[in-house]
Amino acid sequence: MLEKVIEIIAKQLTVDAGTITENSSFKEDLGADSLELFELIMAVEEEFDLEVPSEDLNTMETVSDLLTYLKNKGVE
Amino acid sequence: MLEGKIALVTGGSRGIGKAIALALAENGATVIVNYCGSEEAAKQTVNEIVTKGGTAFLLKGDVSDSAEVDKMFIYIAENFKRLDILINNAGITRDNLILKMSDKEFDQVIDLNLRGVFYCLRQASRMMLKQRYGKIVNISSISGIHGNPGQVNYSAAKAGVIGMTKTLAKELASRNINVNAIAPGYINTDMTANLKEEFKSKVLEAVPLRRFGEGSDIAEAAVFLASDKASYITGQVLSVDGGMGI
Repeated sequence: MLEKVIEIIAKQLTVDAGTITENSSFKEDLGADSLELFELIMAVEEEFDLEVPSEDLNTMETVSDLLTYLKNKGVE
Repeated sequence: MLEGKIALVTGGSRGIGKAIALALAENGATVIVNYCGSEEAAKQTVNEIVTKGGTAFLLKGDVSDSAEVDKMFIYIAENFKRLDILINNAGITRDNLILKMSDKEFDQVIDLNLRGVFYCLRQASRMMLKQRYGKIVNISSISGIHGNPGQVNYSAAKAGVIGMTKTLAKELASRNINVNAIAPGYINTDMTANLKEEFKSKVLEAVPLRRFGEGSDIAEAAVFLASDKASYITGQVLSVDGGMGI
């Protein structure tokens, strides 16, 4: 899952995959604005066939937050 | 001008919506004609488009119902894969002076003319964001800009549409999505057909161009705003009212 998620992040936020770590903050380190973050989540929803309610969106500040969230949703 | 584009016109069976659907098709767009009650009229619109060599499809759905709007957009995603143009046109009037206006009359107009637009905008935004392309034209009204006695419900909804137009224009601009509104004045449609002659002649006195508009007057403006010729225009309200609002 990690590789796939990083691939999606790199594509959506147009950043080099090599610069993305689990500790990267979407907004501060990867330069995502709120719309980009929303689009990233849309891409994640599509890839893993799940729906992320917008209240959950606010809990995701870092890549690690997203990974934990997906694990909790049963994504492997 | 619109070859290869997929367009959805809500309330496309009659009046302004029909005129816009015909004009989009004439300019090459594939038009999805949404309707709620007027199935025969909607079929007629589609037939007219097809007879003239255009492409159109019927799509039933009550846009004041959030779940139905979701279904409409699932249908569009599955069958057309994309949506380039959204014309939010479906609307009703339930005119009454405020002292006599019921909760129901107020709610019915808000539910369709304001909430319905919101539901369609929400769904269309999602598709258009992914495409990095979209043209949205909301049909507001002169009533939403200048007010009109007997229409607190209608003018509130139509003013609300202008607010949503401007906000969405800002939210989506970075993704190559244009959002504009048209504010028609008095247009010859079923909606205005029942007005008393006395009232009509009074209205005409206030229209510098001295005639009621036709659906095609609105359609021309809608085609322009839905085209790439208007790509540097967003968040605007274009009055098409014969000068009534001057």
